[in-house]
Amino acid sequence: MLALEDGTVFVGGAFGATGTQSGEVVFNTSLTGYQEILTDPSYCRQIVTMTSPHIGNYGVNTEDEESARPQVAGFVARQIAGRYSNHRAEGGLGEYLQRHGVIGIEGIDTRALTKLLRVEGSMRGLITTEHDDPAQCVKLAREAAPMEGADLVSEVAPTETSTWSTGLSADTGDQPSAPHRVVAIDCGMKRNILRHLVTRSGPVTVVPPTLSADAILHLRPDGVFVSNGPGDPSAVHATIETLRGLVGRVPIFGICLGHQMLALALGASSFKMKFGHRGANQPVRNEITGRVEITSQNHGFAIDPQSLERSGAIVTHVNLNDQTLEGFSHPDKLLFAVQYHPEASPGPHDATYLFDSFCEMMSTGRSAHTV
Amino acid sequence: MPKRTDMQNILIIGSGPIVIGQGCEFDYSGTQACKALREEGYRVVLLNSNPATIMTDPELADRTYIEPITPEFIAKVLHQEKRLGQPIDALLPTLGGQTGLNCAVRVAELGILDEYGVEMIGADREVIHRAEDRTEFKRAMERIGADVPRSEIAHTWDEARRAVDRVHLPCVIRPGYTLGGEGGGFARTMEEFETIVNRGLAASPVDEVLIEEDLCGWKEFELEVMRDRADNVVIICSIENFDPMGVHTGDSITVAPAQTLTDKEYQRMRDSAIAIIREIGVETGGSNIQFGVDPCTGRQVVIEMNPRVSRSSALASKATGYPIAKIAAKLAVGYTLDEIPNDITQKTPASFEPTIDYCVVKIPRWTFEKFADADETLTTQMKSVGEGMAIGRTFKEAFQKAIRSMEIKRFGYGLDANDKWLAARRQSRDSVEHASGEARFTATSTEAPPDTQEEHAGEWPIPDEVLRDKLTNPCQGRPYYIRYAFKMDWTVEKVHALTGIDPWFLENLHELVECENALLAGEYSGELKSAGYSDVQIAAGRGAVGARPVYKLVDTCAGEFEAETPYYYSSHEGGMIRLGDPVPYVDDEIRVGDKEKVIVLGGGPNRIGQGIEFDYCCCHASFAARESGFESVMINSNPETVSTDYDTSDKLFFEPLTHEDVFNICDRLNGDAGQDGGLVKGVIVQFGGQTPLNLAQGLKDAGVPILGTSPESIHEAEDREAFQQILRELSLLQPPNGIAFNLDGAVEVAERVGYPVLVRPSYVLGGRGMEKCNNEADLTAYMSEAVKASDRNYTGRCEHPVLIDKFLIDAIEVDVDAVADFGSPGDHTDRDCMICGVMEHIEEAGVHSGDSTSVLPPYSLGDLVVEDMRRSTRKLAERLNVCGLMNIQFAVLNRTVYVIEVNPRASRTVPFVSKATGVPWARVATRVMLGEPLRGVADSYGAVCGMRPAHVSIKAPVFPFTKFPGVDVILGPEMRSTGEVMGIDRSFGRAFAKAQIGCGLSLPTVGNALVSVNDPDKPRVVPIARDLRDMGFSIYSTTGTKRVLEQAGIRATLVSKSTETGAPFLKDLILDGTLDLLVNTPIHTGSASDEGRWRAAATMRRVPLITTLAGARAAVEAIRSMKQDAEVGPTGALGVRALQDYITPPND
Repeated sequence: MLALEDGTVFVGGAFGATGTQSGEVVFNTSLTGYQEILTDPSYCRQIVTMTSPHIGNYGVNTEDEESARPQVAGFVARQIAGRYSNHRAEGGLGEYLQRHGVIGIEGIDTRALTKLLRVEGSMRGLITTEHDDPAQCVKLAREAAPMEGADLVSEVAPTETSTWSTGLSADTGDQPSAPHRVVAIDCGMKRNILRHLVTRSGPVTVVPPTLSADAILHLRPDGVFVSNGPGDPSAVHATIETLRGLVGRVPIFGICLGHQMLALALGASSFKMKFGHRGANQPVRNEITGRVEITSQNHGFAIDPQSLERSGAIVTHVNLNDQTLEGFSHPDKLLFAVQYHPEASPGPHDATYLFDSFCEMMSTGRSAHTV
Repeated sequence: MPKRTDMQNILIIGSGPIVIGQGCEFDYSGTQACKALREEGYRVVLLNSNPATIMTDPELADRTYIEPITPEFIAKVLHQEKRLGQPIDALLPTLGGQTGLNCAVRVAELGILDEYGVEMIGADREVIHRAEDRTEFKRAMERIGADVPRSEIAHTWDEARRAVDRVHLPCVIRPGYTLGGEGGGFARTMEEFETIVNRGLAASPVDEVLIEEDLCGWKEFELEVMRDRADNVVIICSIENFDPMGVHTGDSITVAPAQTLTDKEYQRMRDSAIAIIREIGVETGGSNIQFGVDPCTGRQVVIEMNPRVSRSSALASKATGYPIAKIAAKLAVGYTLDEIPNDITQKTPASFEPTIDYCVVKIPRWTFEKFADADETLTTQMKSVGEGMAIGRTFKEAFQKAIRSMEIKRFGYGLDANDKWLAARRQSRDSVEHASGEARFTATSTEAPPDTQEEHAGEWPIPDEVLRDKLTNPCQGRPYYIRYAFKMDWTVEKVHALTGIDPWFLENLHELVECENALLAGEYSGELKSAGYSDVQIAAGRGAVGARPVYKLVDTCAGEFEAETPYYYSSHEGGMIRLGDPVPYVDDEIRVGDKEKVIVLGGGPNRIGQGIEFDYCCCHASFAARESGFESVMINSNPETVSTDYDTSDKLFFEPLTHEDVFNICDRLNGDAGQDGGLVKGVIVQFGGQTPLNLAQGLKDAGVPILGTSPESIHEAEDREAFQQILRELSLLQPPNGIAFNLDGAVEVAERVGYPVLVRPSYVLGGRGMEKCNNEADLTAYMSEAVKASDRNYTGRCEHPVLIDKFLIDAIEVDVDAVADFGSPGDHTDRDCMICGVMEHIEEAGVHSGDSTSVLPPYSLGDLVVEDMRRSTRKLAERLNVCGLMNIQFAVLNRTVYVIEVNPRASRTVPFVSKATGVPWARVATRVMLGEPLRGVADSYGAVCGMRPAHVSIKAPVFPFTKFPGVDVILGPEMRSTGEVMGIDRSFGRAFAKAQIGCGLSLPTVGNALVSVNDPDKPRVVPIARDLRDMGFSIYSTTGTKRVLEQAGIRATLVSKSTETGAPFLKDLILDGTLDLLVNTPIHTGSASDEGRWRAAATMRRVPLITTLAGARAAVEAIRSMKQDAEVGPTGALGVRALQDYITPPND
């Protein structure tokens, strides 16, 4: 059963684990990549609905994991495949979710649910295999913690510094094209970001988001990357403070939550979107080149572009569907960030040039020409 | 970038007649392009030889040339427009299929475009060459590091033999620059290899074949890609083939979106597609790229690219709601994707990738039953003539809906009248009682069986080896055999090993069988409907029927944005609980509104006898309903059509045309007011061919108002005895005839009326099952087959009897289209009947009217005869209380007029007549059906009864014989043409010559002509041979004909029909190109006869072959005109004129 805070309850079939979980109910419109979505730490405390009706068709495999385990609070699909089929598959989705304690519901009208979320906005919800009283479930959904003001980074981020050295191609003979010392602040980072960084600049030092600016600078990085992650950016005070200490002292590249925190560090403000952007088909125009990129996105908060421009930053990327801010740079400081996911996984590879731009910024000490 | 202002006049080339591999999808794309460009203020000049298209309606383009699609005629159009003062600036070649593209390349190569200063937009000659030329394409793929199958090019048999040493057998052979893989094939042995290579070299206009690594069993995918001038690229849709590689994608069941690719694999494919469109250099517009994927390793190879809109892009447009052709046209004139709005959401731009929250299944429609000797195995050469598409929330739902859409007497995946398993079970129970709902539905379905070889499979249980064979060799019935295999407890693994179909698809089919087993075991569950089961199937399984669907929107964005466009599909979805609300809420997105609605039923998948002509009429019905202030609603299942474009009607339902699916929509749209006084003004059934007519009575019985001529009147005209009674009452003549329910009865009737006789089952379309019998032996053979073509219930009794007519030798056949308002619901008194057009057939009666060449106005009939037919038409219209269109076929023998057949509905000829007369007759008819007086409506369109245009229009059929090697090409009462062209000019000869050129047959003006005819024709062929000789042809002849010709003083060279005599062997002279023209009326027919074989050879070599004397006379006339024109000068030969100038002649 899936109950929403507005009193709507869907009854469907259970798959994956049993139990009860609450979270923010959101929808994702990607046609492929359910495993990458499940394992994206940015979905912490969210119950994710896939609009694509057939899920589980190609099973699961370890290569397609974006973190060590599924991160979602619950998973909703129209139909889970009775049999998976793919040469890389190592197992079925149902067993995988069961093993990792994720509760799933299938057989409900996911389009009706999606439309409800579009009209009413993202809602708190409860997914359960235990309760069967709709009123009780709705009550529990309403008791769930709201997403606004929630610092969820601490739930998914590491506490220790580590090194990541696997690049995009699995074979180890990968030679970095532009070796640099990159420090990545991991707020719940997707592995494909690290793979992109490693392929270009070599092994990356991954640090917890609680590390201070001085401690990071002590590592003598050529550039600092600040990652994606879950929750409300304005609640992640320590990391914003860290970024304030780094701005202007080292080239910085941010993605998603990293983009939001960097903007906040510059003095911009953030707000919660009605239902966010989650999918692999979002058109973004690069305002510098005029080119349109089809991007992978996953965010429920956004930066107010006016507040950002007041801080002196320049809008570099705009979402063509709703004109929201998708990226910025700064004329005086070596930094740029995008709201969307150039590392894709899942999603199109149109924006991978941003990793090259980061390298260019580190190499030349000047802003990249494309952002 | 804004649109270009440096050009004003744009030429669009259509795709010409409907042929296998090139259907009405190009009318859809061309129509969109014309509208899009005119919307931007450009002046559009159109060239298309196909009169049955919406795009050739005079109001769709500024200048419409219905002329052959050849470089010569393009040059003439360019010349004419220049002469009239508005020279063409640009040519858009990517919307007219392979025909348009090839022709554009040729005009560019001939320097014609340069001569007239015309720029090719969208894709230029180099780009097209890079994409289409096998070697160039392979090189381009190597440059960008894209993997391609191992392959070699060969131009001769020797080269081919060397190539196969490197590529290895088995291998695939693909001829260069052909449609639908024509002439290609798959070779396992050297013997097969040699046959196919030689056929392929002959079919390729550049004598080139590609010999390629065998990828049979690999998974096949397609991506639809768009690119703009700023180099933005988006993928519109991914399509996965249900059938693995080895079956042409046009013959595969296909599914959108792709189902079995991980994101990593999909993105790799997407990256390749983008790299490919950039490397090939398609500047703007859409392309289709095909990939093969090795299921064991994931290796991806690029198969091919089409640098133009295609059948798949039409499918992708309908599947996603993204109008590829329209956007492609706007990109071609300079816009970028982010400057064009997405019509469906209206708020977001076209620069995005559609995402869908449903599943789309397309199933091809074949008509093997028309080609008795054709090989039904599906290969790399496309054989289907149409397709149906269905949308469901899941694959299972969409798949079953798609089967229902096929109109092959199947109501889903099993549990219907065609289910062998069910039939066996019923027999074993010895039970005759059937669910009542089912009986009602099966009685109305009269189409071909899904697998014409199904009887060879024997009865239930199917022997293992037969089933194994059916699963191994792809054929149209394979999905049903997969079900039988699961019914026999074969595993998914076993079926996968035999078919190569992905286990994910097979699992879904297996789950359907489990679902069905649960139903049969009495464990009914609510999920049956959401798995796509129809009430007919559920009733057969004794489950509860009547559950109603909800309607969901196609919105390009999976619900992320609100959709403005009312494009719907039905689905059975579960509801949700809303606290405080005792009733579960089910989400239905239909916006019924308060406007009165007119529902138009489309024609379903194209097949021979029911194609684009009916779609043309349906579109006009919808336009007219809108014009008259109603809300127009279209229901259809054919993704290739203009009718299923979301902006043709006010509401579009992409649904199967079955009673259940249609009734549910009618009921839902009628609103809360109840059936009487509801919002549904009525349903139009007379424009979509036989499909909607079959539904008319059922809908009427269920209380749905039917607009136009009543189903009872239609039935009266189709019921032989009732109709005979009417003719007697009106003192009209009919060829002597009778009706028979069995062989004895048939022989009795035949003896009474005298042989030869024409026999056919009643209630058929396109002459299905119709034959000419010369004697009792023919008749006996026919009767044993007849039961199959006609409808049959479980007891095997023929429900519809066999009709037997005396065959009128040498009669002239005439088609008359008319519109009448005798049955009008309006209250006016001056009721009338108007003749739209009188068309005289060139071939004598006995050749199916759809296969005849017809001429408007009549060219040999006297005024008195025509007047006689007019009077008869009026009498019949009045007696049958016709409201709307009607078509009558007459036969004229010695000035006596016989009525052959009356169909009180739109006929195949309506679009042709509309183009020839300049009056949109289907629109006139619709407004009449809605209650307006005919006279008033006709006046408003400037229509005059029985107008006799000053110009001559000729409609000529196009046949698919080259796709079915070995099939005899003789015309008969069974319709076999897939499409038509129109020739229009001032004289008969010129119009006929143009029609022939339009069909792809260039009549020679000089050379060697064979004249070989059967005995009855011998005396009459003499003047034809004399004319040919006088025009400079050398005559070749077979023994008998030669003797007759020489007696008449015409010298002829002897040729032999067989290899045994000393004279040159006829087939050799055809194959080596000695003969330029063949006039042959048959003695023996069939692919087993010597004659049949060399006629088939002539067709494959594309030597003009004329099989009737009337046709030969017309050809002589045409050749004479061409020769006369040629003397006038090169531009004088067969000049061109826009349709607009025929309708309103210019003052020049």
